[in-house]
Amino acid sequence: MPIYLLLVGIPVLIGLAALAISSDERRPWILPFGFTVHAAAVSACWKSLPPAAASGWFYIDQLDLVVLSLSSALFVICSIYCLEYLRLRKDRHNRLFTACLSFILAAVTLVCVSRHMGLLWVGMEAATLAAAPLVHFNHNERSLEATWKYLMMGSLGIGLALLGTFFLALSALPYQGPGDPLVIDTLLSRAGTLSVPWLKGAFIFLLVGYGTKMGLAPLHSWKPDTYGEAPGVAGVILAGVVTSTAFLGILRAFQVCAAAGLADFARDLLVLMGLLSIATAAAFIIGQRDFKRMLAYSSVEHMGILALGVGLGPAGSSAALLHLINNGLTKGVLFLAAGNIHRAFGGKTMDHARGALRRAPISATLFLLGFVAITGSPPFAPFVSEFSILRAAVNGGRLGVAIGFVALLAVIFIGMATTVLSVVYGVPPDKESKQAARGDSPLLVAAPMAFMAGVVFLGLWLPGWLTSVLGDAARLLNGSQP
Amino acid sequence: MEQLSQLILAFIVFLSLYLLGSSSLTGCIKIVALQGMCLGLLPLTIHAGGFHPRALLLASGMFILKGMVIPRILMYAIREVKIRREVGPMVGYTPSLLLGAALIGVSFVLAERLPVPPGLRTSLLIPVSLSTVMMGMLMMISRIKAVTQVIGYLVFENGIYLFGLAISYEIPWLIEMGVLLDVFVAVFVMGIVINHIARAFDSISTEKLTRLSD
Repeated sequence: MPIYLLLVGIPVLIGLAALAISSDERRPWILPFGFTVHAAAVSACWKSLPPAAASGWFYIDQLDLVVLSLSSALFVICSIYCLEYLRLRKDRHNRLFTACLSFILAAVTLVCVSRHMGLLWVGMEAATLAAAPLVHFNHNERSLEATWKYLMMGSLGIGLALLGTFFLALSALPYQGPGDPLVIDTLLSRAGTLSVPWLKGAFIFLLVGYGTKMGLAPLHSWKPDTYGEAPGVAGVILAGVVTSTAFLGILRAFQVCAAAGLADFARDLLVLMGLLSIATAAAFIIGQRDFKRMLAYSSVEHMGILALGVGLGPAGSSAALLHLINNGLTKGVLFLAAGNIHRAFGGKTMDHARGALRRAPISATLFLLGFVAITGSPPFAPFVSEFSILRAAVNGGRLGVAIGFVALLAVIFIGMATTVLSVVYGVPPDKESKQAARGDSPLLVAAPMAFMAGVVFLGLWLPGWLTSVLGDAARLLNGSQP
Repeated sequence: MEQLSQLILAFIVFLSLYLLGSSSLTGCIKIVALQGMCLGLLPLTIHAGGFHPRALLLASGMFILKGMVIPRILMYAIREVKIRREVGPMVGYTPSLLLGAALIGVSFVLAERLPVPPGLRTSLLIPVSLSTVMMGMLMMISRIKAVTQVIGYLVFENGIYLFGLAISYEIPWLIEMGVLLDVFVAVFVMGIVINHIARAFDSISTEKLTRLSD
């Protein structure tokens, strides 16, 4: 129990401390230190998984470990970026920003350590709400609109997920025996006796509900607005952490379905949603002039790839989990570099931002490399996972899916290339811009560089311990008991 | 007791329908407060086990939060705004009412097809909760004023909560409290945003929120 308390408690304390500190300049400094302590606690779990606590309500399995470690790493690196970013944004108070950042980490950790679907829901909702002030950080009319759309869609999605959670409990009725029917291990051990109509309903509602938070098409409409208006750091946290955590909720529902013999039903739905998301992203990425909105559609695409991977069975599942990590790291590069370019030009469309290579050379290079990586080109990490998903499709005899997947990826590559190349290589709009060129300061490029190092590293060499954990997680997911 | 809970459930559906056809913002807030109070009474009457200390706790929490605190936040949020009426909803009031009636029918048909959860006194709970969920969603998507969208969200949440009642002995009270708290915080945050919208645009119409698009 202490380790779980520690994991959730540390970020809560950091958040409270951030609320208490009165100086805007000193406040951001507690983030890197606090998040590093959290990361250390998470890495202790890698040595040996802590035992279950509170009658099975808290437990970390390999699946949780992957999501939790990714989140923790993203938070640590983003907090270093925040030091410089918040120093540049003296025009805004950062009390709510820093506190809510910590509370998101606390909520995400709660989702990862809880084995109870109700508690998982509470954590997910808390993460959703804590992210709203981050989206509204700029306090202008555009960010207000984005926040409203984010809140409305997020609340609708999270409400549907709650309905799904209740369906799941109903499927386990009448319930006698020890424990609680919403603890995942109880559901798994009684999978054969669950009521099939209620369970099917539960999966659909959980997929739609948490899918809204993930941004799977057709429930992605909040995503371009939110990612477009939120600061780059918030983009990384939303696209890399919150979406991955929402995916964890869907995976739990899938796990129960697989154990109850409904794996094919659930996989078909996942493949359908996955391909639909990739296709939607392809349609909207073409001709996208706003490079932050483009990144949002890229996020829709990669959420689709995750769903598709899990829908393709055990081999696809472990590839999808690897892709979860790769997507998080690469989104870190792209959103932070995009934020730097946005600041250097004072605009985020192709009309304002052209020729970033001259004004912010390092950020522009990182943006270009990030684009090459996210579209699945070797030798970067997303190539490895996307190729494995493709192989899983071909080996599973789903040639139609494989061909569609590759074709859509090619369309997305072309669509993104048009925007990215113009932003990076074009001719700067006017030499004497009002905005001083301050795209590349050491701390602002250090964070995306750290992410890029991770993307290159995982692309060239997959450590054995990582593949074994991913394999274990995929096995758990597809119906073998822990 | 069974008749009483049936009566309350029927009243809840009636209130949702009333909301669909009502244009006054303050009126809508009052109705949704009444609906929240009715929900607060239900845990006391719905279960075969009858009166239960935990049911009392949940009932009072529900009654105070959804019946009194949340409506007050909404009232506070629209106090500064001069406009008190929903103008030009995307779906008119009469079509909304007809749609609402159709949704009630659909939910009864759906509920017929699902196995009845054991231990429930009234079979009315599932169809009523489904129809309340759907009418809430209808309000969320068809209204223009930010406040009426939040009211739609509240109705939607109320419907989900009704569903939760069917299993309230299976779900630990900690979770129920967590759900209540989250809903409260959600509405609180929405109230703050409504305030910002009112200040930035001098109105609370989400019609003004149309700058972001592809």
